[in-house]
Amino acid sequence: METASTLTWTIYDADKMTQREIYGIVLTDLGKQHPEIVGLSADLAKSTKIGTFGDAYPDRFFNFGIAEQNMFGAAAGLAKAGLTPFVSTMSAFASMRACEFVRTDICYQNLNVKIIATHGGMSFGSGGATHHANEDLSIIRAFPNLTVICPADTIETAMAVKKCMEITGPVYIRIGRGFEPRIYESEDYGFEVGKAHELRSGTDLTILATGNTVFHAVQAADIMQERDGLSVRVLNMHTLKPLDEEAVIQALLDTRRLLTVEDHSVIGGLGSAVADVIAASGKGCAFNKLGIPDTFCPHGNPEDLMHLYKIDTDGIIEKVGELMQRDFEEDEDWEDEV
Amino acid sequence: MPLTDQEFAELTERAASIRCQIADVTGWSGGAHIGGSLSMTDIITLLYWKYLRIDPARPDWEDRDRFVLSKGHGGVGHAVVLAERGYFDREALRSFNETDSMLGMHLDSNKVPGCDASTGSMGHGLSQAVGMALGARVLKKEWRVFCIIGDGESNEGSIWEAAMSAAHYKLDNLIVFQDRNHLMIDGPTEDVMSLEPLADKWRAFGFETREVNGHDLHALSEAIEFAIDHKGSPVMLLCDTIKGKGVEFMEGKPEWHYGGLNADQIAKAKASIRSED
Ligand SMILES: Cc1ncc(C[n+]2csc(CCOP(=O)(O)OP(=O)(O)O)c2C)c(N)n1
Repeated sequence: METASTLTWTIYDADKMTQREIYGIVLTDLGKQHPEIVGLSADLAKSTKIGTFGDAYPDRFFNFGIAEQNMFGAAAGLAKAGLTPFVSTMSAFASMRACEFVRTDICYQNLNVKIIATHGGMSFGSGGATHHANEDLSIIRAFPNLTVICPADTIETAMAVKKCMEITGPVYIRIGRGFEPRIYESEDYGFEVGKAHELRSGTDLTILATGNTVFHAVQAADIMQERDGLSVRVLNMHTLKPLDEEAVIQALLDTRRLLTVEDHSVIGGLGSAVADVIAASGKGCAFNKLGIPDTFCPHGNPEDLMHLYKIDTDGIIEKVGELMQRDFEEDEDWEDEV
Repeated sequence: MPLTDQEFAELTERAASIRCQIADVTGWSGGAHIGGSLSMTDIITLLYWKYLRIDPARPDWEDRDRFVLSKGHGGVGHAVVLAERGYFDREALRSFNETDSMLGMHLDSNKVPGCDASTGSMGHGLSQAVGMALGARVLKKEWRVFCIIGDGESNEGSIWEAAMSAAHYKLDNLIVFQDRNHLMIDGPTEDVMSLEPLADKWRAFGFETREVNGHDLHALSEAIEFAIDHKGSPVMLLCDTIKGKGVEFMEGKPEWHYGGLNADQIAKAKASIRSED
């Protein structure tokens, strides 16, 4: 067994890579230190980039063909045998095709399976509804024992893939298909599973974003700060489960205006998770969710689709403007808390 | 009736024209599933120009034969065929894959006239075809259901669940073509997840099974006529094909599962297709 590994990618590379590519490289690197890691894919070894691991460790890699249900069932068996399976297919197929195998075989038995689901949200825009994953977070967020992470960029993908090894139990990491603009400069920004990362401080309103929308939230906040003098807090909610409820409550108390943004249905994802926390707190606030409404999206370029559903910079600015105008009932202890 | 010489000549020309248009659309759209569209071109051409009882002017005509492209990523090939057959203007192909286009990578049956089922996630189309075939029985209709599945696609358990039900209900109005091009995304089917002995599997699952050269129009036509006449069970026409068929630099190459073409490559592809006529 080889010992300490050095970085096989640089910050420069991170700029030029997709989340999938960096995943393949980081996993291959982890494979050196962890002989218990095995890789599984369903005819998407090339496409998800788990093939990078497969090329390095052919004896620890299994292609199941186009048979996702069997693959996730087998991952459960491999975990029971003491191995740590990393399983990769597109998010739509991991969460929907293989849904019950993930829930009942893996989550119910609390098995140590790492699901790295690619092509999340509308990132495979041209694939159309059959290949969009706008429901995966709502579905799998309901599975007990499962940790759910949506990294915002390549660096955070690397962090999430490494850190999921510290969790004993099932993890779902949702990444994109194409090039996501980079937010983080280096790995030492303090990524911690279950802890929101504050990218901009602010007191007027909080944007809580996840995955590829975090970049747009930051851009929107900077533009509004510059242009309107608006003080907008931006929270990168990379972990959907367990949700950082404390950060939500703090944002609620500090800013009283909250907007969630996600490349996902507004039913059941980040917006719903945050709404649950707000409702339970009993605090009055102005709140809105940006995401895909209750509809099947057309096919198209991901950028066009993000624009259509207002989950890009322009859309966020527009919604923040609306939310700043919104009245809400202040509760009695509002003054005490500010 | 076997193909007449004239039919053979016309269908051969039609198939070549379809292949050339597939190359064009692949170029215009920036990328498409060209390999698997070229491998099924002869089958789908024969169906749409000789056997399907359809009326492009009435895509929703109740008594029409149904066609389900279970390997829905062949959408580019299907779109070209539907346009050529007159379901919609060929101009629509120009915007294939674009954001506001009617035509995307996987055809949407709610948008595309003549498309009977939305597919694209592997292993769904055959089940829908089974339902359509059962529906004809319930409604006492004469329509037949033709379905093309991939070979990689039949790694999916659902294909075999559908097969079991088709045989159980003796769906002799269901004719399934397997585009046996021996390749999937990650490589040759027998390396990724072996399927052989495939004909034996279909027979064991209760399908009347014929192995046929999927690029030989005469042989295909004979097999389809056999399948149409066959009673008592569904039929599987296991079609031996070549992924990328017609374009020499693509034939048998897994990297052409999905790809884009520049102007030079389009010209080269068309020259290659035409040299085979
Ligand atoms: C359920 C599901 N899993 C994975 C994919 C991704 N995918 C698209 S095409 C394809 C390979 C298809 O191979 P095959 O059926 O042999 O088609 P052909 O070679 O004829 O193109 C895969 C894995 C998908 N569309 N659906």
